[in-house]
Amino acid sequence: MTVKATRSRREPLSNSTLLMLVAIGFFVLLYILSLLFLGAGFKRPSRVFDILNDNAYLIIIGCGLSIVMITGSIDISVGGIVGLIAMFGALFLRDELLPIPGMAPGLRIAMLVVISVAIGLAFGALHGALVAYLDIQPFIVTLAGMFLARGMTTMLSGENKQLLTGSPVLEILSKRIDIPWLGYDEVNKIRHTVTHVPAHFEFVIIAALLTVVAVAILLHKSKLGRNFYAVGGNRQSALMLGVNVRRTRFLAHLISGLLAGIAGFVYLWHNKSGNIGGASAAEMQAIASSIIGGTLLTGGVGNVVGTLFGVLILALIKPIVTDASALKGFEWLSKAWWQQIFNGAVLCFFIVLQSVVLRFRSTLRVRKSEREETVSG
Amino acid sequence: MQTKKGKGAAFLRRHAQLLIPLIPLVILIVFNLILNPAFLEIRINEAGSLSGYPISIFNNATELVIIVLGMTLVTAVSGGQDISVGALAAIGGAAFYRVLKMGNMESAGTVLLAVLAALGITMLFGAFNGTLVSVFRIQPMIATLILFSCGRSIAYWIAVDPNATFESKLVSNLAVNLPGIPIPTPILICAVVGLLFFLMMKFTNLGLYAQAVGINQSASNLNGINATRMKLLAFVILGACCAVAGFIRTSRLQLISYEKQLLDIEMDAILAVAIGGNSLGGGKFSLVSSVLGAYTFQTLTTTLDVLKIKSTDIRAYKAMVIILLVVLASAPVKKLISRLWARLRSREARGAAPGAGAGTPEKGVQ
Repeated sequence: MTVKATRSRREPLSNSTLLMLVAIGFFVLLYILSLLFLGAGFKRPSRVFDILNDNAYLIIIGCGLSIVMITGSIDISVGGIVGLIAMFGALFLRDELLPIPGMAPGLRIAMLVVISVAIGLAFGALHGALVAYLDIQPFIVTLAGMFLARGMTTMLSGENKQLLTGSPVLEILSKRIDIPWLGYDEVNKIRHTVTHVPAHFEFVIIAALLTVVAVAILLHKSKLGRNFYAVGGNRQSALMLGVNVRRTRFLAHLISGLLAGIAGFVYLWHNKSGNIGGASAAEMQAIASSIIGGTLLTGGVGNVVGTLFGVLILALIKPIVTDASALKGFEWLSKAWWQQIFNGAVLCFFIVLQSVVLRFRSTLRVRKSEREETVSG
Repeated sequence: MQTKKGKGAAFLRRHAQLLIPLIPLVILIVFNLILNPAFLEIRINEAGSLSGYPISIFNNATELVIIVLGMTLVTAVSGGQDISVGALAAIGGAAFYRVLKMGNMESAGTVLLAVLAALGITMLFGAFNGTLVSVFRIQPMIATLILFSCGRSIAYWIAVDPNATFESKLVSNLAVNLPGIPIPTPILICAVVGLLFFLMMKFTNLGLYAQAVGINQSASNLNGINATRMKLLAFVILGACCAVAGFIRTSRLQLISYEKQLLDIEMDAILAVAIGGNSLGGGKFSLVSSVLGAYTFQTLTTTLDVLKIKSTDIRAYKAMVIILLVVLASAPVKKLISRLWARLRSREARGAAPGAGAGTPEKGVQ
């Protein structure tokens, strides 16, 4: 009785929360270290905004992947879907696809949002149906989805890159909030001029953060969210508890497709262009971010705040390596390969850490329960 | 008569898995024969080497087949897939190039040394993957995600030059034809690798043990199989396969491009394993079936090429075929087909003996 009471008073951290805290801690540590040792770039608040602007779409597809991974499945098509929608959107907004004469640019953009969501949902529904109702391995299904999306992207456009320049929608899409007091003064040493560069806050950040909040609420406060965890943790027991396993798995893929659709629009919004290799390997980066944030591929464990920080950690590597290569004695870092190698090293660190932490904690728990048994017995 | 039929049925049941890649392969070949009756023709061209569609399919599938052999083993033993094989092949190619550049490119000794260096380094990286999977018990896809994301940069680091080209008569002979032998050399290399795998399966317990570990790791551990060592071994073997594939591709193009070398081959290889009817969840496997899957995949590519579809668009068509294949091979659809088949058979029986099937539930429902 007493044992039970103490345990309920001090509930031990779940594995996922612990791993998320590690990720957040690592991010803060990395940022503080960069602040201390690297150039002025990190002292500017605009650096944070830049990272968020550039990676908004990754945050969104990371959320979708976290849901799919919590359900014990995988979706590697999201990068392809993002690329497809960005390419489609660029052509659509330039009136080269489905032109409707006399349409207001704002309305055109609204229409693209609807179409993006529809494309994403269509892919999600296809994957979900094949995975959940026909029991086909998710890796193969979403791999085929990726091939389909990438192939369609090249079919849509003969050229490598489609820009939005000169289109009337560009003005609307380029709108952003400039925050002057968070900006910095850039000194041009040749012309001896000082220009003030304000911090740019693009609306894609709002889209990304809203997605994180919405998915977090879905996962932790709704019945569907609990079903995701139940199905990922143990499909058989979930079935016995009366969870509609097939429908839950279907919905996980559907939501991932939906978020990929939104991310496709966000990608276009930020980059203002679609290109054939657009968002390539984004699915793998999103998976890596989810893992760093404490989501396990085995299912049943995960959270989406960790995923957000996972994306941010991977996004920090590029400016850190670039800035560090400007330091004396670190010029070798300017070689093109180091960035990816550090990327891999960070990923390796987290994956090994996770494995060690999970095993250590499980042996600890076994020992503890053994001790309790001997005490009570 | 009866026993012969029984034997045939038993044979069919034992090798039923082969039908999964074989049926689409036959359909593809028939389709091609309708388009072009000379599809299966093999000629000897002026240079004294064999040419024709079958040869080009065998030739172009070499890298895929070699990687698929290792991938099948890894899938069977670990229940997961290695997604870093493309990067490993790039590393192997880069190491081959680097060592080749250091010595005399026309001497067989340098080439041999370069191949050995490539083998060594990729086996080392394979061991890295294997250690993560076996000792740290990380899911293979996650463990190999590390090298997937940074392996190509490591290849760049090794090769230094982003698009390093080289010219060597000997290496180009290795990639096309050895003088006096009409069969393209990559096919020969592929056959040698296949033979090595065959001997490994025949004379060692590797296949049986891999299967046992894949089906139930703790049970195989209790039976005295060192599961950790088996997994490590499978990944090291796959690493060696990647080096061979990387070496073949590098010598074919006389170029090592760290970004493009065998790009996306991991996806093709995993698909080939799946088309071969192997479970991606590990356990029972058939190397022959996987190889047939790889050739089916290559035949599909060649068919789409023949149809003059742009090489960049091919993926979309491939995706449709793959979706069709996996849907047809999925358990619920199979069950549906067998039920329809049974109903058809019973109706036939009814036709032969009217009234015999009157009591069947299907009729009762109506």
